[in-house]
Amino acid sequence: MIAVLALLAGVLLGLWLDPTVPAALQPYLPIAVVAALDAVFGGVRAKLDRIFDDKQFVVSFISNVLVAALIVYLGDQLGVGGQLSTGVVVVLGVRIFGNVAAIRRHLFRA
Amino acid sequence: MSDEHTQTGTGWPQPAEPARPDGPAGEPDPRPEAPDPDELSPLSPQGHPSEEEEPSAAPDGSVSAEPAEAAAVVPPWRRLSSAAVMIVVLLGLLGFTLAVQLKMTTTDSSLAAARQEDLVRILYDLEAREIRLRQDIAALEESQRQLRSGEQGRQAALEEATRRADELGILAGTLPARGPGLTVRFQAGAKPISAVRVLDAVQELRGAGAEAMQISGGDRATVRIVASTYFLNGEGGSLIVDGRPLTGPFTITVLGDPATMRTALNIPGGVVASVAGDGGNVIVEEREVAEVSALHDPRPLEHARPVS
Repeated sequence: MIAVLALLAGVLLGLWLDPTVPAALQPYLPIAVVAALDAVFGGVRAKLDRIFDDKQFVVSFISNVLVAALIVYLGDQLGVGGQLSTGVVVVLGVRIFGNVAAIRRHLFRA
Repeated sequence: MSDEHTQTGTGWPQPAEPARPDGPAGEPDPRPEAPDPDELSPLSPQGHPSEEEEPSAAPDGSVSAEPAEAAAVVPPWRRLSSAAVMIVVLLGLLGFTLAVQLKMTTTDSSLAAARQEDLVRILYDLEAREIRLRQDIAALEESQRQLRSGEQGRQAALEEATRRADELGILAGTLPARGPGLTVRFQAGAKPISAVRVLDAVQELRGAGAEAMQISGGDRATVRIVASTYFLNGEGGSLIVDGRPLTGPFTITVLGDPATMRTALNIPGGVVASVAGDGGNVIVEEREVAEVSALHDPRPLEHARPVS
């Protein structure tokens, strides 16, 4: 419940403050968001599996975001930023799909 | 997994003691905001109300570390460990960035979200279009310049022609005219005013620079005096001017320099003197604005043709 509230509070804060993303961060923000979403879905799945561990969740969340941003940064430096970010999004998307499928199995037994 | 659970296990009894009322110094804020136990229960991962009861119901089933934790009866909000606080912060951050990113993408999705190749192509198209439009502008400006110069030339020619037509019209007597001038009034004495006297006056006025003249009789009949106007003596002191009979007294209205013309009329032995010699009288009045309104009907030219 607190997690959902925190998420909502963050969304409202973002809508209310309406900050402008600095140009240097613009390529990384979407990837970071997707990576964080992956971590969140993984956390939900772990919770449903009753193997949720908050420290692990925190570490995986932060490392996901950092690694994703690092990969995109590396790709930008190598000149393949667009392709590499696409690849990161694909991988994270596959993982999110897997997690969501596991959650669905838990919730609906199907 | 096991050491993490032991960590949380060590973390839990500590809040039970009054020595540690607060969590980590880094994130103190979410804790006082969330005192409700039912809010905590879904988040606090180790809370597991089901798990707390499960091991008690079924002794040491699958989970080994839980019963020890569940045994410690702690107020639920105290169980908010530093990791949970971290989770709250991170999720808040995620929501924040999500909202920001969504908003940014929706606000300028047209170009900011476009790919680089697309942007390059759009830029190229725009540049080509700009070049084309620039050429159009140059061509249109050129044609506008030509038209304007042509129009200016035509305008000048038209003004010149109008001016000449006015001059010639006044000279030929086909246009009314006004300006400074004189009225010369002939009053007959014992002898009527003869055509010779009037013709003398007209010649004198022409010599003094008269530009337009007309003669009117006593009955307001008026004739424009042009180059071809002739004067004949009529019956009973009348004049025949260009075939029209005029009765006296005659008035000549003339446009020109008033002083020069008055001097010309008043020279010794001139018009005024001659008429006075015949017993008549000539009254010369200067007019600031005299009006020559009678028109001469131009005769179509039968023989003369312009050379050019």
